[in-house]
Amino acid sequence: MIAALAFYVFAAILIASAVMVVTSRNPVHSVLFLILAFFNASALFLMAGAEFLAMILVIVYVGAVAVLFLFIVMMLDIDFTQLRQGFQRYAPVGGVIGAILFLELLFVYGSWQFAPDAATLRMNVVPVEPGVSNTEALGRLVYTDYVFLFQVAGLILLVAMIGAIVLTLRDKSVDSKRQDIATQVARAEAVVLTKVPAGAGLATMGITRRKLPEAPKPKAVAHDDPGHSGGGHH
Amino acid sequence: MEAFLASPFGVLIITALQTLAMLVPLLIAVAYMTYAERKIMAAMQMRVGPNVVGPLGLLQPFADAAKMLMKETIIPSGANRALFILGPMLTFMLAMIAWAVIPVNEGWAIADINVGILYLFAVSSLGVYGIIIAGWASNSKYAFLGALRSAAQMVSYEVSMGLVIVTVLLCVGSLNLTQIVLAQKTVWFFIPLFPMFIIFFISTLAETNRPPFDLAEGESELVAGFMVEYSSMTYALFFLGEYANMFLMSAMTTTLFLGGWLPPMDITPFNWLPGPIWFILKICLCMFTFVWVRATFPRYRYDQLMRLGWKVFLPFSLIWLVLTAFVLKLAGWLPA
Repeated sequence: MIAALAFYVFAAILIASAVMVVTSRNPVHSVLFLILAFFNASALFLMAGAEFLAMILVIVYVGAVAVLFLFIVMMLDIDFTQLRQGFQRYAPVGGVIGAILFLELLFVYGSWQFAPDAATLRMNVVPVEPGVSNTEALGRLVYTDYVFLFQVAGLILLVAMIGAIVLTLRDKSVDSKRQDIATQVARAEAVVLTKVPAGAGLATMGITRRKLPEAPKPKAVAHDDPGHSGGGHH
Repeated sequence: MEAFLASPFGVLIITALQTLAMLVPLLIAVAYMTYAERKIMAAMQMRVGPNVVGPLGLLQPFADAAKMLMKETIIPSGANRALFILGPMLTFMLAMIAWAVIPVNEGWAIADINVGILYLFAVSSLGVYGIIIAGWASNSKYAFLGALRSAAQMVSYEVSMGLVIVTVLLCVGSLNLTQIVLAQKTVWFFIPLFPMFIIFFISTLAETNRPPFDLAEGESELVAGFMVEYSSMTYALFFLGEYANMFLMSAMTTTLFLGGWLPPMDITPFNWLPGPIWFILKICLCMFTFVWVRATFPRYRYDQLMRLGWKVFLPFSLIWLVLTAFVLKLAGWLPA
């Protein structure tokens, strides 16, 4: 009973926050709702018994991806009135695209056929021995049974990463001075190690406080204003 | 009585009591950590430190807390009210909920879950949100700059922290925190994995925004960074959150590298002290080092901070991870 209730609560919040991601006016609020959606998805994973996936979802998507997302979105300088200006002009086009996608999905759903043994397959995707945690089962699948597919996926990601780096890499060596920490630290006079007795301060190292120039003496001003220099008040 | 304790309501009450038993000492420790930090730093800088309120200044934390509570909460007119309040609450909450999985002794964790270390890592990686949200909702340039700095910094150091955790997990073969501690019965992991221990400790400094990595609040250029608009209790929540996070990171270091509740050697004078005392002593050692570092090192420049994270720690921990895997495999030490 409690599990079913929790499921509906998490699912409802998940869907509501997903809707808010699309509809909220402020992009920062959108990202924050996206994070809430991730959290609820992770809670649903937990309820399904996939605790490893739940934690990884939070670590990767909420802890890293969404942080960078929020980072970018917060720095965008968006004029909201300008954003909303073209709404009426683009609404028909967007509506048509949405309708076509929806119809296609309906067709797909209409002609969808399940394999005859789908229901039994779904019940036990992997033959997991009792006593094996789902982290271990997942690890065996990914790193032992399907290791080549995993490596191929890794290579594809690597290519994407190299592409992104190549696109953004500029040779800045011409117009900028770089700090070379090794040479800086290796300078003879850079670091001096001394043992200073407590309370002695820098004087033992021959470093003394520079003598401050003497403060200029206040100039004696001859007052000819009788109101101030004269004796007695009036 | 037995039947009642096994019922859902009974379990709820027991869990609530366990949570109180964890959080009340933690909050008292946080209060006294502010006092200890000021006293230790004073000693290192040949000053006296707080000595007026109560004997030896021991009531200073309570005086500070009372002062914070009495002050007026100011919400700037340009701020996003809901998020402005959410920021400090999030920071404080995240610093508290992580303690649910920390094992203080064998079987003394509130929730001894299978993926305990992943839970800890997940919660600690969320800590950045409190800061980002606070910085953005304040609608102030200083606060925003602080938030951006902190976001980039915490994401960078999390990567190497993750690799360090994976290295430890390779040696343990389990994600459960109790198992991690029990795997250190022969030798604490800081001895075979000493470079990773150092990297982890420095990363925790960056992760908690402590000096020398406190650029998010760099008072000399950003006034107080993301906290600049906060006052009274909202400010106090940030403060409590930061110190509770320091304790959490110390507990993580203790669990991963310093053998948790285990005594240094299982011989007579050492195993007189019960496990939780050892655990607390080790946390105190880590906390002292936090303060010691603060009193010793000047603040990093931002580009140097990023260089250290991405160009030094990340490659080094990656190489050490691969090396550890090789050694474990070739020597046949891989845990089953």
